[in-house]
Amino acid sequence: MAFLQQFALLLALLIIFSTSCKTAMLEVDSAEVGLNYSLKSSATENISTSTNDSTGGHGSSTITTLPIVIWKWHHVETPYLVALWILTCWLCKLVAELNHNITSVIPESGLLIMMGFILGGIVWGADKAQTFKLIPVNFFYYLLPQIVLDASYCMPNKLFFSNLGAILVHAVIGTCWNAGTVGIALWGCYEGGAMGNLNIGLLQFLLFGALMSAVDPVAVIAVFEEVHVNEVLYILVFGESLLNDGVTVVLYNVFDAFVSLGGPKINAAEIIKGIISFFVVSFGGSFLGVVFAVLISMLTRVTKNVQVIEAGFIIVLGYLSYLTAEMLSLSAILSITFCGVCCQKYITANMDEKSVTTLRYVLKVMANGSETMIFVFLGLSAIDQNIWVWNTGFILLTILFIVIFRFMGVFFLNWLLNQSRLIPIDLTDQFVMGYGGLRGAVAYGLAASLDEKKIPEKNLMLGTTLIVVYFTVILQGITMKPLVQWLKVKKATQSDLTLNGKMNNRVFEHVLTAMEDICGRMGDNWWTRHWNYFEDKYVCWLLMTSDARKHKDPIFGVFHKLNLEDAKKYVNEGESKGSLAFIRNYDNASVDFKKQLALEYADIMPDIMNDMSEYDFGIDNVPVTSVMKNPLPSVSLNVHELDRKSMLNDLSAHHLLDQHLYKSRRDNRPTYSRSHYNTSENPDEMQEIFQRTMRSRLESFKSAKMGVNPAKKLSKHPKKDSTHKPNGKPADPHRTHPYGDEDFEFSADSASSSEIAGHFPRRNTNAPGAGVDNPAFIPEMDMSPPMRNPPWQTETANNMAVAPSQTAQGRLPWTPTNLRHLAPLRMSTRSTDSFAMADASVDDEAPEEKSGSHHTRL
Amino acid sequence: MGSTNSTLLKIPNVEVLMQETGLKLVAEENCLNVSPAHIIRLHDRFKALDKEGRGHLCPHDFGAIKELAMNPIGDRIIGAFFSPGKETVDFHTFVKILAHFRPVDKDRPKEPNSPEPINSRSNKLKFAFQLYDQDKDGKISRDELLQVLRAMLGMQVTDEQLESIADRTIQEADLDRDDTISFEEFRKSLEKINIDHKMSIRFLR
Repeated sequence: MAFLQQFALLLALLIIFSTSCKTAMLEVDSAEVGLNYSLKSSATENISTSTNDSTGGHGSSTITTLPIVIWKWHHVETPYLVALWILTCWLCKLVAELNHNITSVIPESGLLIMMGFILGGIVWGADKAQTFKLIPVNFFYYLLPQIVLDASYCMPNKLFFSNLGAILVHAVIGTCWNAGTVGIALWGCYEGGAMGNLNIGLLQFLLFGALMSAVDPVAVIAVFEEVHVNEVLYILVFGESLLNDGVTVVLYNVFDAFVSLGGPKINAAEIIKGIISFFVVSFGGSFLGVVFAVLISMLTRVTKNVQVIEAGFIIVLGYLSYLTAEMLSLSAILSITFCGVCCQKYITANMDEKSVTTLRYVLKVMANGSETMIFVFLGLSAIDQNIWVWNTGFILLTILFIVIFRFMGVFFLNWLLNQSRLIPIDLTDQFVMGYGGLRGAVAYGLAASLDEKKIPEKNLMLGTTLIVVYFTVILQGITMKPLVQWLKVKKATQSDLTLNGKMNNRVFEHVLTAMEDICGRMGDNWWTRHWNYFEDKYVCWLLMTSDARKHKDPIFGVFHKLNLEDAKKYVNEGESKGSLAFIRNYDNASVDFKKQLALEYADIMPDIMNDMSEYDFGIDNVPVTSVMKNPLPSVSLNVHELDRKSMLNDLSAHHLLDQHLYKSRRDNRPTYSRSHYNTSENPDEMQEIFQRTMRSRLESFKSAKMGVNPAKKLSKHPKKDSTHKPNGKPADPHRTHPYGDEDFEFSADSASSSEIAGHFPRRNTNAPGAGVDNPAFIPEMDMSPPMRNPPWQTETANNMAVAPSQTAQGRLPWTPTNLRHLAPLRMSTRSTDSFAMADASVDDEAPEEKSGSHHTRL
Repeated sequence: MGSTNSTLLKIPNVEVLMQETGLKLVAEENCLNVSPAHIIRLHDRFKALDKEGRGHLCPHDFGAIKELAMNPIGDRIIGAFFSPGKETVDFHTFVKILAHFRPVDKDRPKEPNSPEPINSRSNKLKFAFQLYDQDKDGKISRDELLQVLRAMLGMQVTDEQLESIADRTIQEADLDRDDTISFEEFRKSLEKINIDHKMSIRFLR
C-alpha cells in the first residue's frame, strides 16, 4: 500500500518536474533559470523582461482581432519556475517521508540529498548541462535567514543561556581551532607532496579550512529529538551549530580579506587587525541582534489591534536584522540568532496566544521548506561537471582531518570546561558531540561564493566540499542513531509539569543564592539572580505590556497551564464517552440532568429550548417569549430545590449548557473576516470574570474554613471590596471595567444575607440576571429570578436579550476534568468554570468543534 | 604551609568536622599537609560575619548580609541554621549546614557501613523541606505553603490566585488526602528532579 502510494507520488513528482524542465528548455538561452534566475543577475533579468515585453503580452501592437486567451509564458516565467522548483523539492520531502522504515534508518537530510541526485540525473539526461543550481546569494539571502530565525526562536531559552559559556567556547574557540588546524595540516601535507601540484598557498588552505569548519547538524538534531538525548548534550550541539555558522562566516571573511590582500603584504599589524575585525564583526552582529530584539519586543506591545499581521512583524524585523547586519558588514547570522533568542520571551508574553502559535507554525513552514530545498539542491549540484576536479589526496585528507580535528577540539574543550562544570560532560556525550560534526549547506554556500580569480582551485574546493557534505550527512547521519543507542547516551528525564517541581525549583534557587551570599562568594546563581532582578525591574517594564508582566511568573504560568490541560482533558473525556453525562456519576446525585438543564437555561436559551423540545423536559414547552417577559418564571422554585440537592451537578449543568449556548449562536456569526480571527478576546472581560470568580472562591473558602459567614461582613462594605484588591493594591487603573459597578454587587449577592434582596430588583431592569452565581446561595430569594445569566451577557442583554455578546461567543467555559484538581471541594461549591476560563486565553477552536458535534448528538 | 596549618589548628575539632561533612581538603589521607582550602575559607568568612568575635553567629549577623535581606525566603534560610530553641550557631554547625550543598562526588568509594553523607539526596531534600515546615511537625500545611508562596511570588499575583495555587500544589503532592504534604510525599513529588544538580554549589566541591 505504502509502496503504491510512494510510486504514484514519485510519478506525479516526475511529471511536475519534467514540466519545469521542459519549460526551462523553452528558454534555453537565458542561462540562469530557476532559482538562481530570480535575483542575483538583475542585469539578465532586466534583459529578459525587456525581451519579454517586446515579444509577447500586452506590448504587442500587431493584433488583428481581440484575443480571448493568450499564451503569456514570459510574464510568469521566473516566479513560475521558482514555484515549480519549490513544489518539486517539497514533493521530494513528501516522497522521502512516505516510508517510515527508510526514514528510521537514513536521516531525512540524507534522503533529500539522494532525491537531489535523482533529479539531477534527470536534468542531466534532458539538458546535458546543469541548468539549475543553488547560487550563494539566494542561499544566504532567501533560504538561510528563515532557518536561523526559526532555530533561534525555538531555542529553549533558559537552557541556552545557562550553558552559554560552554556553547560559546565550542562555537568560537572550537571553530577557530578547526579552521586553523585543518588548513595548516592540509597545507603541510601539500608541502609534503601528498596532493600533487596545486596552485594554492597557505592562505588559501586556511580559507578552505575556515569554510570547512561550519557544522550543520540538521540530521544530528533530528536524531537527538527522536532519541530524546539529555538536554545538556542537545543544547550544546544545537547552540554550537547555530553560533558556529555565524563564526564561520566571520572567519571566512577575515581569511578572504587576507587572501585578497595577498601573502607579501600581510604583517603583524594586519593580523592584529584581522583579529580585531573578527571580534568586532561577531560582537557587533550579536549586539545588533539584541537591538532588533528590543525593537521587536517594544513593537509587540502595541500591536494588539492588528492581531492578524502581528506575527508578520517578527518575521520581517528578524529578516531586517539580518540584512542590516549584512549592510554594516557585521555577522548577519549572529545578528538574527540573537534577535530570535532574545525577543522570544517578551513577544510570547506580549502577543496573543494565537499569534504566538501562528508565528511558530509559519516559521516552521518556512524553515523546513528552505531546509528541504537546500538539501535537494545540494544533491542536484552533483551534476555540475565543472566542479569535479578530482584530487584523491586532497579529498581524502580533508575528510580525515576534519574528523580528527573535530574530535580533538571537542575533547580538549570539554576537558577544559569540565574543570569548572558542576555536572561534567561525560565521555559518551563528548564522543557524540564530536561525531555530530556534520558539514552542510553553509560550507557549500561559502565554497560556492569563492572568487575564482583569487582562488584558482575553486572548483577543487567546491567539489571537495560537496563530497565532504555527502560523506558526513549520509554516512555519519546514518550511523548516528545506532551510535547513540549503542553508547547508551543519557536520555532526557521526562519531567512532568508540576507545580511542586516549579515551586521547589524556585525555592532551591533562592536557597542557593542565599548560601552563596552567606559564603560570601559569587557563583552562577549570583549572576542569574542579578539578571533576574534587573530584568524584573527594567527590561520587563520596557518590553512587556503591563498585562503580560502580571502573568509572567513561572509558578503562576505552570498553574495556568495545568488548569488548561485539565480543562482540555475534561472536554475530551466527555466527548469520548459520547456525552458529558459522566459528570452526573461523579457524585451520586440522581437529578434529572436534562430537566435541570432545561430549567436552568429556559430563560436565556430559546434556541436550545426549541432544539430540544422534542425531548421531555418536564416543563412542557414553556414559551420562550413568556419567559423573557416574565422575570419570575414559575419554575424557579423547583430549580432551587434541585440545586440544593447537588451543587456539583449544577456546576456541570452550567458548563454543558454554556457550551450549547454558544453553539446555538454560532451559525449566526460571520465566519470570515479579513482583519480578524473569528473572535477577538476582550481582556477586560476575562479580567472581570477572573476577579469575580476568585472573589467568590475566596469567600466560600473563608466560610468553609472559619465556619462563619464572612460574606455578611463583606456585603456591608461592598465598595471597599471592589476598589481594592485583596493584597492592598488598588485595582489596576488602566482597566476600565464595563461591569465595574456590578462587581461589588456580585460579592454582595454571593452572600446569603438578606441585603441582597435590595439588589435584585435593580438588576431585573436591565437584564435577565447577571453572574454565574449559584442560586443555591440565595435560598430566600424565591421571588427573584435566578441569576444564571453569565456576567458577560448583561452587556448585550438590552438589545439582544438572549445571545451572548460577540466576544463572549468565542469563549468556552472550560472546566476541570475532576474538580478536585482545580480546587478542593470546599471551594468548588460555586462555579469555578469561569476561573479556568479567565485564565485560559488559548485557542478555543478544538473544544468548540467538539462541543458542536456533541450538541448535534444531544 | 605553616600558616595554613596553624589556621587549621585554630579551628576546633577540624578533623571531626571534615569527616562529617566530607568537605574536601583536597586529599583526604594527609589532610594536614595540603591546604584545606574550603574549611579555611569558610572559617575566614565565619570570622568576618562574626563581627563581635564571640565565636558564634546570631541571627542578626546573618541579617547584616545585604543580599540575604533581599532574598524573599532569606529569613527561613537563616532560620535553618539555628536548631530550635538555640539563638547561636557555632562554626561546626555552620559548616555542617553548608555541607548540604556540596555536589555529590561519584568517584569517592562508598564505604558500606558509613553513615549517609550529609550531602545525600534525601538530606538535601530534608533541608528544603524544613524551610517550609516551620512548626516542625513533619508536615507542610496549607498555611505554611501559602507563606512561602507569598514570599516568593510577592506582588505579582493576588491572594486568591495564591490560594488556589497553594491548593493545587497540595493536591498534586498529597497522596493520603490529609491536605498536608509529608516528607515522604514531598520526596515523591520531586522524584524526577535532579536534586544533585539543583541543590549543589560548585565552589563547595
